[in-house]
Amino acid sequence: MRDIAEGLFTAENPPRLIGGREKDTGRIVFPCPPGDRFEPHALPRTGTLWSYTIQRFRPKTPPYSGPESFRPWAVGYVELPGEVIVETRLANVAFEDIKIGMDLEMTLVPLDPDAADPVLIHAFQPVGATA
Amino acid sequence: MSGDVCIVGIGIHPFGRTDGVSGLDQGVFAVRQALADAGVEWPDIQFAYGGSDAAGNPDTMVDRLGLTGVQFINVRNGCAAGGSALFSAQMAIKSGEFDIGIAVGFDKHPRGAFNALPSEYNLPDWYGDAGYMVTTQFFANKITRYMHLHGISRTTLGRVAEKAFRNAVHAPHAWRREPVALEEILEGAMVSDPYSKYMFCSPAEGGVALILASEKKARELGKPIIRLKAAAMRTRPPKSFEVFAPSIEIGGGTATATQIASAAAFEMAGIGPQDIAIAQLQDTECGAEIMHMAENGFCRDGEQERWLAEGLTEIGGKLPVNTDGGCLACGEPIGASGLRQVYENVVQLRGDGGGRQVQGDPKTAYTHVYGAPGVSAVTILER
Repeated sequence: MRDIAEGLFTAENPPRLIGGREKDTGRIVFPCPPGDRFEPHALPRTGTLWSYTIQRFRPKTPPYSGPESFRPWAVGYVELPGEVIVETRLANVAFEDIKIGMDLEMTLVPLDPDAADPVLIHAFQPVGATA
Repeated sequence: MSGDVCIVGIGIHPFGRTDGVSGLDQGVFAVRQALADAGVEWPDIQFAYGGSDAAGNPDTMVDRLGLTGVQFINVRNGCAAGGSALFSAQMAIKSGEFDIGIAVGFDKHPRGAFNALPSEYNLPDWYGDAGYMVTTQFFANKITRYMHLHGISRTTLGRVAEKAFRNAVHAPHAWRREPVALEEILEGAMVSDPYSKYMFCSPAEGGVALILASEKKARELGKPIIRLKAAAMRTRPPKSFEVFAPSIEIGGGTATATQIASAAAFEMAGIGPQDIAIAQLQDTECGAEIMHMAENGFCRDGEQERWLAEGLTEIGGKLPVNTDGGCLACGEPIGASGLRQVYENVVQLRGDGGGRQVQGDPKTAYTHVYGAPGVSAVTILER
């Protein structure tokens, strides 16, 4: 298993997202932009759901590089208190149980669950949930 | 220059899908119609601004229209391309440099959702690889948050689409001109919750041309005097929430380019939202129309629930919105979309709307465009 990109997640277990802190203003963004205006900054591991939707069709390739087979997925934004709101897949939760304001924690999920050597992407799941 | 800039000629190539006719030729069609409407010839046109996002360089239409040596400037400004062409044309006349000119916009997009790549938006490749480069996700996330904060129901979203298709029945330039029942809209195949397939507009084709003139020239032409009282284009402020955003600052989604473009336009025109008789508002999807009613100052957040239930934005309502069916029924050829709204308002202010005509002799009309990458353009017309 490998990460979809370098510098996105910390090496801890469980991991956290790596955002960027603007040196001049303290403003936090995700992901950390290239260049020297921002320095890498590990984001809080837990937050609350800000908004969401269900992706009901397979996105066009390019740029999507997931599997040909498609199952709808939940995608939304999670507010990491006092820092930033990040866009993320939602995992290990039934669509009908998703509610704005619910407590979530970061995890990693495979982009293609059936792949022999899956690529890992970030997701948030209900606190304590398991795949 | 004394007096206002006036719109003296309008032309449109029907929106939708026209196989075998290029986007540029749809623009040429619209220009010829606008010239005939104004009662002028192409050599009378002193300047042109042309907008197209994906259908070629607008200035090449001089091949078709005549090599008069006319000044022709191309405008490429995302979803505000048409609005920017109109704004520029207006300034050219206001400056006193010219008496008559044209703003034209056209486009021809492939079927399906816009196919954006991360590199075009200064985003890392993983963002596209993982399936985030999907505009519909953004629109759905934005309205889900808004519905949660302001108590908007999914039925209200459905009513917006129902109204669009019903209005378009009477708009010859519209694409989807069959009424669709509210239940069918609500139960249609889901694209991105809470939106079904009926609740999103589609990329499309079409062309629109508007001939602008000084008030003095307009009087010579003997056309009804339709004054362009305001044209404003603005980019996004801090704390906005735009398409393809891997992160948003805390408190984001509360400020928009629309709010500041709208405020600027009302200030230029010297009137307020309560003075507007007709509004064409960006309706990329049903929720956009809902949110833009408030962002443009026509109601407060949350009041849309009652407005739609009571039919206040119907053709016979207090503030008719999207009288030709908007983007939902016309589709969205980016370069032409904002100019279509102005075309529709001129039709309405002249009283030429036929089955979709707003009654009561409307004197003021408003247009609003919003789109990637966080741009908005507003116009106010008065007769």
